[in-house]
Amino acid sequence: MNIQEMILTLQNHWSNQGCLLMQAYDTEKGAGTMSPMTLLRSLGPEPWNVAYVEPSRRPADGRYGQNPNRLYQHHQFQVIMKPSPDNIQELYLESLEALGIDPKKHDIRFVEDNWENPTLGAAGLGWEVWLDGMEITQFTYFQQIGGLEARPVSAEITYGLERLASYIQDKENVFELEWTDGVTVGDIFAQPEYEHSVYTFEASDEKMLFDLFSTYEQEAQRIMEQGLVFPAYDYVLKCSHTFNLLDAKGVISVTERTGYISRVRNLARKIAKTYVEERERLGFPMLKEEESNHE
Amino acid sequence: MSKSVLFELGVEELPARFIDDALAQLKAKTVQWMADNRIPYTDIIGYATPRRLAVKITGVEEKQPDIEEEAKGPAKKIALDEEGNWTKAAIGFSKGQGKDVDDIYFKEVKGTEYVHVNKFIEGEATSQLLQNFREVFLALTFPKNMRWGSRDLRYARPIRWMVGLFGDEVIPFSIESVETGKRTFGHRFLGEEIVIEEADRYEDTLVDQYVIASVDKRRTEILNQLKQLESEQGWKLILDEELLDEVTHLVEYPTVFSGSFSKEFLEVPEEALITSMKEHQRYFPVRSVQGDLIPYFVGVRNGDEQYLDVVARGNEKVLKARLKDAQFFYEEDQKGSIDGKLEKLSRMVYQEELGTLADKVQRIIAITGKLSEWLGLDEEQQRKAKRAAEICKFDLVTQMVDEFTELQGVMGEKYAHIFGEDEEVAKAINEHYMPRQANGAVPSTTIGSIVSIADKLDTIVGSVSIGIIPTGSQDPYGLRRQALGILQTLTAHGYSVPVEKLIDLVHQFYFELDLPTRNEKEVRDDLHEFFRVRAAYLMREERMDPDIVEAVLNSGIGIFSTTKEKASLLVEKRFDPTFKHVHEALGRVLNLAEKAESSNIDESLFENEKERKLYEVYLSIHEPFIKEIQEGRPSSALSTLSELAGPIHEFFDTTMVMAEDEKVRHNRLGLLKLIADDVYTFADLNAIEWKQQF
Repeated sequence: MNIQEMILTLQNHWSNQGCLLMQAYDTEKGAGTMSPMTLLRSLGPEPWNVAYVEPSRRPADGRYGQNPNRLYQHHQFQVIMKPSPDNIQELYLESLEALGIDPKKHDIRFVEDNWENPTLGAAGLGWEVWLDGMEITQFTYFQQIGGLEARPVSAEITYGLERLASYIQDKENVFELEWTDGVTVGDIFAQPEYEHSVYTFEASDEKMLFDLFSTYEQEAQRIMEQGLVFPAYDYVLKCSHTFNLLDAKGVISVTERTGYISRVRNLARKIAKTYVEERERLGFPMLKEEESNHE
Repeated sequence: MSKSVLFELGVEELPARFIDDALAQLKAKTVQWMADNRIPYTDIIGYATPRRLAVKITGVEEKQPDIEEEAKGPAKKIALDEEGNWTKAAIGFSKGQGKDVDDIYFKEVKGTEYVHVNKFIEGEATSQLLQNFREVFLALTFPKNMRWGSRDLRYARPIRWMVGLFGDEVIPFSIESVETGKRTFGHRFLGEEIVIEEADRYEDTLVDQYVIASVDKRRTEILNQLKQLESEQGWKLILDEELLDEVTHLVEYPTVFSGSFSKEFLEVPEEALITSMKEHQRYFPVRSVQGDLIPYFVGVRNGDEQYLDVVARGNEKVLKARLKDAQFFYEEDQKGSIDGKLEKLSRMVYQEELGTLADKVQRIIAITGKLSEWLGLDEEQQRKAKRAAEICKFDLVTQMVDEFTELQGVMGEKYAHIFGEDEEVAKAINEHYMPRQANGAVPSTTIGSIVSIADKLDTIVGSVSIGIIPTGSQDPYGLRRQALGILQTLTAHGYSVPVEKLIDLVHQFYFELDLPTRNEKEVRDDLHEFFRVRAAYLMREERMDPDIVEAVLNSGIGIFSTTKEKASLLVEKRFDPTFKHVHEALGRVLNLAEKAESSNIDESLFENEKERKLYEVYLSIHEPFIKEIQEGRPSSALSTLSELAGPIHEFFDTTMVMAEDEKVRHNRLGLLKLIADDVYTFADLNAIEWKQQF
């Protein structure tokens, strides 16, 4: 099964479970969790079920396209179900079967792994899912987001698409994976991997990045004060990616680092709080819809 | 007729590290619950897998035993009025006991007659009482709890089903809308949803569903399979007990499998390979009979033998990627130089208030310098100690240690060799983390010991300075273990440095650095107290009596080995009849000296020979005594001190200490204070409970 078919299979599976199929969010980010489709929507009482592919950038993991396992940018398939259904583990295991993984022929385990993102004031409990010893999925019950308690609790399922594909396609090198028949990951991503690595570690303009960071941060602050949650959050994401670029280049000193993280965290908290307040002001519209559906 | 009771709580996969404790709690709380509810039973058996916690209680009676008891009411004269009719008090009492006035009889208690009734309490039906068993499950505590869905309960993991059976009868109750029944679930993939017909068939029913519910049976099963594989292959597995426990808690139906990896990875230090196999993959590494690490690994699958080759092949692939990482780290880490790596330490935070790791290293260097001087190291050794201090943390910036924190020091030593550092210096990098666990080995070399003490002192003094002091079970930075490590290292090597001197040295450094610390004196007092408590703990571990430990530590920890010797000496003296007159003399001095205002002596104020003589003897023993203490010869010091006993007794026999004349009185008290100071230098003898008998 090629990656494209995997994505289609997962989309079908989760669509059948009532998930909205969204597209990747158009701002650089380190993980699917950071998309507002997850981070903001998992706040507050409104139900929310969604699935999407998220290209995730981790500048520090760039290896010039030379390492068979590490990428500047990889792909996550992200699922959020709020509130988490009672059979969420079974739904997940069914998705593996849909991908052609027969649990009886393998060793699938749920191994404790708790997730925490201090910058976003977020934390959850759950597992990493092992397939014959390989971690293929992060499975998390959100407990806290943006410093607020998550109620009801969302279940987050994050498949590492390249990892999973390397197992399904039995390939050792990520660049040999088939995206679709006859087209490999290498064909599509080798050049950007190389160039982004050169940019990240050698060619980036540090001064400009530092300036951008401050500009983005100030803009986030400014529009946050006007209660514009989504635009403010976009600028937080831009701050985060700029920070990651600077960090990967090793130009952030200790004091700066602590300062940046705590400033972004405070922003994220404010955004989370305001988001919930805004939704409340709107009367939690999706909650109403849900209720009327039941009537 | 008695029957068995079974309760099973079905959950999403519990963290392996929770399970042992949860099972112990479940058993203990069940014992308590049965006792509180007065239900007779024979035995309690606990079960636990990643997906279930269960308890079976055998030989449970159908009902609580009936109780017959006599209830005592008001006195007869209050119970009957003048005409011999029952009063309100008597009626109220009998009603309160669920009885009637006709049931009342009188009985004398301590000469007075009181109203009594015989009460009969019928035992309740066990099946009724068991409906409250949910409180046992809800009383379990876990290191971390979570919520799920829209529910309110916080628990280790979501609860998905429950079984409650008394014989073959369901005990109904519910937790978070999950209701008890007879249904349970077998192995996630090999088993299915199944009914437990009756409590006694729990284990058997589950085995058919590929679940071994008993932790012990599962562990034994794994161990047997591992042993069998060992003998078949002629291997020696590295059988880590903790790993075995963890693996037992990760599977419901264990099947052992083995795989191999390419020989080329064996060039990576075996510590790194072993850690990668154990920590990342929960594999048992393999040695040859000769003891060499060989390119195989053994894992435990949650399932049966079917498709075991597929599982093994998948695991081989994962391990290969892991080992490639380790190999890559090992090669990368050898690039550059130690100095280049040290530079990076200035970008790593040690503790927000206490600066970077580079700052910490600077302090370690300074402390190491002082210590090397105090311990009289020769110039070359001092130079090596300094170098070891400079580079003791360099491996923290290597990729290998970044990946496997527990290899800190271990990799430092290996890389230091590769970078051409001196043998002793390299070894000290590894040793300075010792002891690595409670009661672990202390550093074996002098340089390793010194850097170890310097590093730990810096951590403790720094932490306490900013208010991080362990309380109760909270000691996230392991400060207690580190303090014990310092004391154990000092003792093992016989270093004659008073602990207080060490503390004060580092304390001084911190206050010169102008860090945002707490009040200087408060910190110092806290530090002395912290170490004193650790010293007392170590001494009591050696079975020294608490009063003697207190007596010697009241004089400070000093040179710890000497202090321990003092304590052993006093343990003997406690029962030594010939010592009685010594401790009585010295003890009396300690009592009276509390009244002294100064220890200035004016010899012209002496009024009799005995006090003059006492002063002379004091002058003659004082210096030798102090010298013996400082040289760590407590036995000689105590003999020297004992020379004062005779003169003290004679002094008290002939001299009125609390003389009328104020000057004479102060002079005498002053003399006693001089002596008392020496006694305290040895120990607070009055804290000891003496047991000499003639």
